[in-house]
Amino acid sequence: MAPYIGTATSRVDGLAKVTGTAKYAAEYNAPGLAHASMVGATIAKGRITRIDTTAALRVDGVITVLTHENRPPLADNDQAYNDDVAPEGTPFRPLYDGRIIFNGQPIALVVANTLEAARFAASLVRADYLTEPHVTDIHTKRDRGLAVKDPITPLDALFAPPKQRGAPGPALDGADVRHDGEYYVPIEHHNPMEPFASTAVVESDGRLTIYDKTQGVQNVQRYLCSVLGLKQDDVRVISTFVGGAFGVGLRPQFQAVLAALAARALGRSVRVVLTRQQMYVLGYRPAMIQRIVVGANANGTLNAITHDAVTVTSQHENYYRQETGWSGLLYSCANAKYAHRLAKLDLPTACDMRGPSAATGVYALECAMDELAAALKIDPVELRLRCYSDRDQHDNRPYSSKALRECYHQGAEAFGWHTRNPEPRAMRDGSELVGWGMASGVWDAFQAAITVRIRLSANGHAEVACATSDIGTGTATVMTQVAADMLGLPLDSVSVLLGDSTLPASPVEGGSWIAASVSNGIAATADAIRKELLRLAALMPDSSLSGTEADDVGLVDGMLVSRRDNARAVSIADAMRHSAVDQIEREITTNPIEDAARAHNTHSAVFAEVKVDEQLGVIRVTRVVSAIAAGRIVNTKTATSQILGGVVWGIGMALHEETAIDHRFGRVMNANFAEYHVPVHADVHNIKVIFVDEADDSNPLGIKGVGEIGIVGVAAAIANAVHHATGKRVRDLPITLDKLLGKPS
Amino acid sequence: MISSDDSDPPAPASGGSAGSVSLAVMVNGTRYPLTLDPRCTLLDVLREQLDLTGTKKGCDHGQCGACTILVDGRRVLACLTLAVMKDGANITTIEGLAKDGVLHPLQQAFIEHDAFQCGYCTPGQICSAVGLIAEGRAQTADEIRESMSGNICRCGAYPNIVAAIQQAMGLP
Amino acid sequence: MINFQYARAVSVSEAVRLMAGTPGAKFIAGGTNLVDLMKMDVERPTALIDVSRLPLDTVEETPGGGLHIGALVRNSDLAYHPLVERRYPVLSSALLAGASQQLRNMASIGGNLLQRTRCAYFYDVATPCNKREAGSGCSALGGLNRMNAILGTSDNCIAVHPSDMCVALAALEAKVHVTGTRGERVIAFADFHRLPEAEPQRDNNLAADELVTGIELPQRGFETHYSYLKIRDRSSYAFALVSVAVCLELGGGRIREARLALGGVAHKPWRDAGAEAALSGQSANEATFMRAAALVLSKAKGFGHNTFKIDLARRAVVRALSQAAGGTPQSQSNKKIA
Repeated sequence: MAPYIGTATSRVDGLAKVTGTAKYAAEYNAPGLAHASMVGATIAKGRITRIDTTAALRVDGVITVLTHENRPPLADNDQAYNDDVAPEGTPFRPLYDGRIIFNGQPIALVVANTLEAARFAASLVRADYLTEPHVTDIHTKRDRGLAVKDPITPLDALFAPPKQRGAPGPALDGADVRHDGEYYVPIEHHNPMEPFASTAVVESDGRLTIYDKTQGVQNVQRYLCSVLGLKQDDVRVISTFVGGAFGVGLRPQFQAVLAALAARALGRSVRVVLTRQQMYVLGYRPAMIQRIVVGANANGTLNAITHDAVTVTSQHENYYRQETGWSGLLYSCANAKYAHRLAKLDLPTACDMRGPSAATGVYALECAMDELAAALKIDPVELRLRCYSDRDQHDNRPYSSKALRECYHQGAEAFGWHTRNPEPRAMRDGSELVGWGMASGVWDAFQAAITVRIRLSANGHAEVACATSDIGTGTATVMTQVAADMLGLPLDSVSVLLGDSTLPASPVEGGSWIAASVSNGIAATADAIRKELLRLAALMPDSSLSGTEADDVGLVDGMLVSRRDNARAVSIADAMRHSAVDQIEREITTNPIEDAARAHNTHSAVFAEVKVDEQLGVIRVTRVVSAIAAGRIVNTKTATSQILGGVVWGIGMALHEETAIDHRFGRVMNANFAEYHVPVHADVHNIKVIFVDEADDSNPLGIKGVGEIGIVGVAAAIANAVHHATGKRVRDLPITLDKLLGKPS
Repeated sequence: MISSDDSDPPAPASGGSAGSVSLAVMVNGTRYPLTLDPRCTLLDVLREQLDLTGTKKGCDHGQCGACTILVDGRRVLACLTLAVMKDGANITTIEGLAKDGVLHPLQQAFIEHDAFQCGYCTPGQICSAVGLIAEGRAQTADEIRESMSGNICRCGAYPNIVAAIQQAMGLP
Repeated sequence: MINFQYARAVSVSEAVRLMAGTPGAKFIAGGTNLVDLMKMDVERPTALIDVSRLPLDTVEETPGGGLHIGALVRNSDLAYHPLVERRYPVLSSALLAGASQQLRNMASIGGNLLQRTRCAYFYDVATPCNKREAGSGCSALGGLNRMNAILGTSDNCIAVHPSDMCVALAALEAKVHVTGTRGERVIAFADFHRLPEAEPQRDNNLAADELVTGIELPQRGFETHYSYLKIRDRSSYAFALVSVAVCLELGGGRIREARLALGGVAHKPWRDAGAEAALSGQSANEATFMRAAALVLSKAKGFGHNTFKIDLARRAVVRALSQAAGGTPQSQSNKKIA
């Protein structure tokens, strides 16, 4: 039987998704289910002086209106609200008190017999406020930011700016060519297609089952228990299908608290679904002002780089990621320095959004490299090859694998880069200026501790269980493939259970770490199953496998087979039946292999073609080639989709996406799909994905993960292509056509 | 107060408070008599009352296409359709596309081309594509893209969706 | 969404009578704009009078050689109607530039005329807006106004009319047929929509009890030299930053007649008689087009975020005129600007 790992296997949940039978959080029903509608604050900062729910309560069908004044008890300490991935600070507490800390903050929950009644009644809740001055504009606080401190703890080292190396100041002074540029990325919102929703079902024994939209059922489960003061067994959280999340489902969101609170208060099942508008007060990609200075020698080698960033967070929590450090990691450069400050604004806390920190930080770096290439009159790919580093620049250690050079070569070849005329405005297609730009991408290859349970039945069926989510990444499919290969079973003999807090422990699904974590977890658990099978086989009379070591047998087509002599084989079913075993169950926790001596990263080279109408500035991204080095690709079909999606996100980041806040009100004014533009079909043309061979031994299966790397570098490649087309360098995203009107810069 | 002198209006507004309205719709070949609050959208009726949750609520404002269904053979948005206005309508949702356990060619093509990731926009994309093919207007890739632009896919499966539609249309 | 009474009208006269007798009522046909606004609590009708089944869904040739389009004809049906595609291609093109195919399948022609602005402040009941609540103030003036007007604005409102179809109808000089309790009347297209002036809450000159029953297109359709050019922030499914409908009649290398209408720039589809006159009789070349474009925008005023639209509109006018003159109208599916 040919292995499934490495093949283009169709999604195991595809049938459910194309027939409409896949159920999402708001689609579970329960007897007597009540519908709830949230009311949001209309000021950015201050406190509620009076909240009037009388009109809402008079509406036919309204059961109750919960506010901070009448809610059931909630935990009164920050620790209780700290979830697995909470940044430092004071987490937001929904309906806790009358304090308003961001516009749109939930101030009431109307619960009614019908959705229509709940929604109408919600419009009748009136609040009076004592307002306080607010600040929601990063630009007004750019010089008064809170400095992110030097790394001390391992977690700090992940997220805080790396330590300075060398002497960047003198090095820059001595550089032959120096580029100094400021780049800006606005606040962006994830906008998964599925609205955030929680259906809190009160079971007959009083326990709560919460169907929630989340990237981490166990994170939500622990959080709800501590916030509501419930025992671990009292709450079960399920997210079998998640309609996209992209990071905004990593932390428990307030609709889960509201649904659970109402269900507990009423002893009745309650569903809360946020409106699209209300989803703009969940998390967001922090706006980022960043200044990069790079110095180079005339031969195209870097001698110094400095990267200063200001990013947005809330007043109450200090969210930040490694926004600056990517700059000093990627290229060979002896001198580097970083600074990162936080603009604390009267907004919700920022959060991870696809390729957090790299999508933004590498955008600036890769535009700066393009500008440097132009100044040096060196081809942008050639410049990156001259600056290529086989060692992690921060810690001067080798990579477990780094096939970025191959990405440049294969990407450039597929794109036809060698025919590029380096002069801006030199390539044309009728009335359109043609631009070709490229950029590098980098992301971490993480692995996290995870627990997997496998139950193998004598009838040849295996059930694989883990609490991880599948947010559309293809996790369920990858799990099925790996288990089938490891157990020697056909795909349809493997079933997967996930997205349920009662299953074996999983971290939240994010950071591209789940594929590596769960796949190796399955492999380790399958190993334990194999050992038990061998033990049973050896018990059989005249067993051909007696005396064989576990490492010397494999599971193939329902048989235990000696790897040295495939004539020595025992049927799995026979071995189990002989010992009267119906089922073998193993649950194993797999920890990542400690390997601090090497760096673990994924890389990409992205090539983009844009066509820009010379007169009107209308930009079309007509071609993208993305060459990816990400270790072993478990499923070439779903992994390609991950990269395609990342490229589409990059197109949106480059050309469309910007959350528009009216700073007078501190309020998002384009909180909808009509005015917050994400790419539509007509914006997306040819995208070619290449996976470069990259053998890696960081984990037994050599998997690195592909969820984030697809977006990193794309916006820079497009911005660089726009510059090549038009001669105009736009450093603040999105590159809307108005920024191209007028003369070339 | 609304009143009418004309005899036998097809769906008279009843008096009383919210004023529920009786009507019947055909969904996937089954006739459903309904008594509705006139505020109910067809989307909420399908999802909350008929338990046909395959039709998705993405934005509830006609801006994403996740709720695309076929009403009398045309692709429309269920979220902006008041159900009371559709008395007698013939409705097809994603649940009604497969016949006798055999997937619609578009459903099959979506699986083969991995034309989705999270799956939430998928029923709308597929129903929209059914409408597109029935319209017979879009032929080229550009025309398909433009005609499908009312269906947002945040996962970014667009190239695979277009490929799946082309396959179902029998285009090379 | 508030409670409302629902009644389905079976005749135009009944619809009008119901409306006249029901304060706060609204007609509903496609619902694509009204239901959206009701969900946002911007529209709070006491009653909805369903006119979707009135017999106003035909397209017929008029004795004068024009076309009468029933108000309930769906946007997509009109765009694909053989007579419209052949004789009034600028209208077909404008229709296809708007919204999505699903929305075009729902939206009626009459409703398209009555679309309300997409101004962000109009849509958000937590912010002041004179159009939504007279006298509360215009938040767009000092706020986020990228999508707002540059022509015909007032101190009270800088909202734009969002329709694409109406821009083409303005260029074609359509007429709007309406019926109210006092009978039928015909309104010239230019007189249908209003500028905001002191009453931005009024989008048009329709009386409270009047129902749009149809649109009449004159005989001249400009089937050879036309274009509808829509410039927006993404390739499709977005409202116009600027759009331009152009209809030309050429002869002997000169422009005999020019019609020019702009969308996305004003509270109504924007015509400029002076600019059209400046085109008339001139050679169809870039210099002529630039003169006309400069005239159209000569009184334009920006409000910060939208100031670029003055320059953009000027360029778009020149381009659309070139497209029309060259017989290379803008495609709505191939996004390369012709």
